[in-house]
Amino acid sequence: MAVDGIGAAVKRKEDFRFLTGRGNYTDDLARPGQAHAYVVRSQAAHATLGKIGTAKALKAPGVVAVFTGADLAADNIGGLPCGWGIKNKDGSAMHEPAHPVLAVGKVRHVGDPIAVVIAETLAQAKDAAELLDIDMKELPAVANMREALKPGAPVVHDGGSGNVCFDWHLGDADAVAAAFKKAHKVAKIDLVNNRLVANAMEPRAAVGEFDRATGEYTLYTTSQNPHVIRLLMGAFVLHIPESRLRVFAPDVGGGFGSKIYHYAEEAIVTWASAKVGRPVKWTAERSESFLSDAHGRDHVTHAELALDKDGKFLALKVDTLSNMGAYLSTFAPAIPTYLYATLLAGVYTTPAIYAEVKAIFTNTVPVDAYRGAGRPEAAFLLERLVDIAAAEMGMDRVEIRRRNFIPSNAFPYQTPVALQYDSGDYNATLEGALKLADYKGFEARRADAKKRGKLRGIGISTYVEACGIAPSNIAGALGARAGLYECANVRVHPTGSITLFTGCHSHGQGHETTYAQLIAERLGVGLDQIEVSHGDTNKIPFGMGTYGSRSLAVGGTAVVKALDKIVDKAKKIAAHLMEAAEADIEFKDGKFTVAGTDKAKTFGEIALTAYVPHNFPLDKLEPGLDETAFYDPKNFTFPGGAHICEVEIDPETGVTKVVNFTAVDDVGRVINPMIVEGQVHGGVAQGIGQALYENCVYDDNGQLRSGSYMDYQMPRADDLPSFKVATAITLCTHNPLGVKGVGEVGAIGSPPAVINAVVDALKDHGVRHIDMPASPQKIWGIINGNRRMAAE
Amino acid sequence: MYEFAYHKPASVADAVKLLAADGEAKAVAGGQTLIPTLKQRLARPTALVDLSAVRDLVGITVGGGKVTIGAMTKHVDVASSADVKKALPALAALADGIGDPQVRNRGTIGGSIANNDPAADYPSACLALGATIKTNTREIAADEFFKGMFETALKPGELIVSVSFPVAEKAAYMKFAQPASRYALVGVFVAKGPAGARVAVTGAGPSVFRWKEAEAALGKSWGVAAVENLKASASGLNSDIHAGADYRAHLIGVMTKRAVAAAG
Amino acid sequence: MPKVSMTVNGKNVSAEVEGRTLLVQLLREKLGMTGTHVGCDTSQCGACVVHVDGKSVKSCTMLAVQADGAKITTIEGLATGNDLHPMQAAFKEHHGLQCGFCTPGMVMSAVELAKHNSNPSEHEVREWLEGNICRCTGYHNIVKAVQAGAKAMAAAK
Repeated sequence: MAVDGIGAAVKRKEDFRFLTGRGNYTDDLARPGQAHAYVVRSQAAHATLGKIGTAKALKAPGVVAVFTGADLAADNIGGLPCGWGIKNKDGSAMHEPAHPVLAVGKVRHVGDPIAVVIAETLAQAKDAAELLDIDMKELPAVANMREALKPGAPVVHDGGSGNVCFDWHLGDADAVAAAFKKAHKVAKIDLVNNRLVANAMEPRAAVGEFDRATGEYTLYTTSQNPHVIRLLMGAFVLHIPESRLRVFAPDVGGGFGSKIYHYAEEAIVTWASAKVGRPVKWTAERSESFLSDAHGRDHVTHAELALDKDGKFLALKVDTLSNMGAYLSTFAPAIPTYLYATLLAGVYTTPAIYAEVKAIFTNTVPVDAYRGAGRPEAAFLLERLVDIAAAEMGMDRVEIRRRNFIPSNAFPYQTPVALQYDSGDYNATLEGALKLADYKGFEARRADAKKRGKLRGIGISTYVEACGIAPSNIAGALGARAGLYECANVRVHPTGSITLFTGCHSHGQGHETTYAQLIAERLGVGLDQIEVSHGDTNKIPFGMGTYGSRSLAVGGTAVVKALDKIVDKAKKIAAHLMEAAEADIEFKDGKFTVAGTDKAKTFGEIALTAYVPHNFPLDKLEPGLDETAFYDPKNFTFPGGAHICEVEIDPETGVTKVVNFTAVDDVGRVINPMIVEGQVHGGVAQGIGQALYENCVYDDNGQLRSGSYMDYQMPRADDLPSFKVATAITLCTHNPLGVKGVGEVGAIGSPPAVINAVVDALKDHGVRHIDMPASPQKIWGIINGNRRMAAE
Repeated sequence: MYEFAYHKPASVADAVKLLAADGEAKAVAGGQTLIPTLKQRLARPTALVDLSAVRDLVGITVGGGKVTIGAMTKHVDVASSADVKKALPALAALADGIGDPQVRNRGTIGGSIANNDPAADYPSACLALGATIKTNTREIAADEFFKGMFETALKPGELIVSVSFPVAEKAAYMKFAQPASRYALVGVFVAKGPAGARVAVTGAGPSVFRWKEAEAALGKSWGVAAVENLKASASGLNSDIHAGADYRAHLIGVMTKRAVAAAG
Repeated sequence: MPKVSMTVNGKNVSAEVEGRTLLVQLLREKLGMTGTHVGCDTSQCGACVVHVDGKSVKSCTMLAVQADGAKITTIEGLATGNDLHPMQAAFKEHHGLQCGFCTPGMVMSAVELAKHNSNPSEHEVREWLEGNICRCTGYHNIVKAVQAGAKAMAAAK
């Protein structure tokens, strides 16, 4: 192993610039002559939109231009595309209504963009926005999915079947029905998976710029996947060929899914920059983010689990309503289907599963992937249901899990819901977690807490997830309208330094370090000789970006494949230089040697020769050392693990405090343990946030009641404990590094562990289930039998 | 924010003059509530009169059974004042729990009281301790000062100069923070002082108020036992996504009990 | 427009601003010092924390005119050339940052804590950071970094 190679807790290369204020985030850009855009948004959840009078606003100080949906229509600007189509049970296509960049005719959620005001300063743009004369007539709105399904409910989009976007299913309904007939016991649950807002600390921003000389557009944007944005915006919205559209996502301050999607503001600033002949900048304010970033989760589910007399799971049936919001965000339809229902086997051998998912339009902000995306919803459902099943059966919660685990010798394991898991050892992660959490000592801690007047509970969750969504051909067959491969270009420079151009994007994950470790390991080059470049479509051949914990399993494998090509080519050069047969060339620790001789060339010498090809056999060997690989995986990867949470509840106030949290995860091979642990910490914090704190609340009129940090509870330092984190790995069998992914495990495993702990703490109060977030008021309501409070 | 004129007078007299000259002008102290309000365009003053250069408004004096705090004294200075900690530790502790360190480095007692945010901490201390609010023209008893949500007895252009808190034999403040904003969802200040036993509640209602039943009970016999089974009425209390009126009423009881226990 | 003058990271600067210009806007937009960030609009997140006359404040909740005559230190003013300030070094050593967006405010806030308390407990660090929100790290490594940074600052005195 190279000193800074695979497995080393290398300090991050990117930290110096972030720590010294030299990061380069989109809002930090000040393009020469840039004007500022303010997006005027609907304050009504549902309204007709008539004429927009702009005359007064246009005369306001500093105003450069005002544009509305009519201006976009006049330029034939398209709507925002959806990247995944789902088929209904009957094989028909989902209802896919238009998603205009600026609203036309109607607004459908609070925050729906109506117009854009461009001025010399943002303050002037805002001043002028108040002078717009907008003809709107409010319509009845619907924010709640069950209400949206009732006859006579307000209809968000005409042309479909009420508010149903699609009615989809997966699995074997007959097998499930037969198994339920034989069941010894049936465990049931009704639950809500609460709507969340990703809340990356950097609000979204976009700067559009048009070069009159070359006709090239540049969009600087806070994106997790700039090439995807270039493709979607260029091809579907603005009709600009890739050759004249550069999308650059510089440093991005967190994403968590919310920066995957192509958003209206990106199209607006790009288009407007040519209209006004100046760069145009837009930056969201946080309360604007709440109204314009895609939200996450938002499921309502009924599920039943059939068990035999030994507590073995016989069958699972699941009926889920999934909120799409007012429009289809880029990947929204994939989340409650192929990233949710396919995970319903979890870590268990349940032989028959049937899931029905109805996606619903409501007058709310669009919903799409948020850290975990579908998989946390599946894990929460399963792990709550398993605890309920244990209670129904009078079985120990650990034992019922062990009894139903897919055994470690059963891999590859085909689930009844399409996925084939390649590897895992669920007993190992569970045993590791039980030990690290001192599970055995819990009852003593509970008794001690009782003496202090606190209710202490412990909860377990054992989960599996699917990362690196792939392969392209299968995803395509399931409705994906994009490929799911990744690209890496390794460019060895004449002096031996190396630049990696990756199609993945780092917005906190530390790719500049992790990828550099892969290269250092393989080429024996120091980390200081390696730069990792990402985010710029003019530099990087192509890429699908970073989401779904894919950057190492898919992007890292592309790097490995490109390195294979580099080594192959370098060996040819070495063979030539040392006058040996290529087959005799060995490469180790940065040195090329000829087997059985003391002849050697360093990697640096080979690099220089590649670019100074004097005496090169040019008929056989091209100059240069620069290789590109595209990698399309054979399968998903399947990280899994066990999380154990301990809480203490203050029965007087209902406040729940997480006092211990343990995570033992199987993330495949670990490249940088420091970064891996950091990813778990962050995911767990977001999972605890979902379980106890965070909630996106709409009132019956579609007004967002939790639209800022004054009401949306972000987990803060004093809300959380330090975590106990470890790994117990099995290797992925179908990628060369054996890596699985770690970005989402924390957010997937933790919410059910927390709620299982809360329910355990309240077991003497007859509690079976508590919906998230388990707020103080809700818990106090339960303890005090105040059902109305508990329901809120 | 809408644009406004900005003035930074060096004396109370000049500040008063500036405010008198422009009915739409507004005084700014630490600005920790006002600036966020302006940013949301919820207020549109024509001018801001910044009091930060008025040196007379800053300082803490302890004597004659009173702790007197200048209106422009920052929360951090009250929290860390050895004199306040000795004379009225509950007041220092309250100041130490306002907002976060950055808010405490800017926010002032005068600003907090003049704004009378229903979820602000200081008004509860004023009521419970029977403070006197001194303005450029008069002295106002705390009981007469807090009139309603964001409403006080201050007349247009009238400025708070200082607040005097009688030293109490026992006092403590307990806050249940609104979990997102960290403002007081329910804050209870209890005191046994020259004005008798007092219990002031902030965060729970449209404005700070005294819980008379608890005061009566504590007046008879100070101690946790006196308030243990006392239930506050939910009538007229605030209700929002974090807490309904019933839950707030319940928390008033819990925080009162805990404050009495902490006061000793 | 009012003209303001102040010292930023030891340099005298002056600029014309509107009354409504926030200190953070002055730093980022007029002075091009974009290390200080804006993460919210309700004074909660702390990405914008700078020091004004030695005390940490939220520069999104202070007007530029209010900082007239003040001594400002921003994240750009901590390191000496390529030598990180002990608190910055501790954040790197303990992986106390991921996306880096909250980091400048987090570090500036931590530096003030360390001035008052050279050996803060985990609890004290968590309480102090109430006004700094991070979405990436779960605070675990930030807490470790702040504790180590505070000790290192004391040792460097």
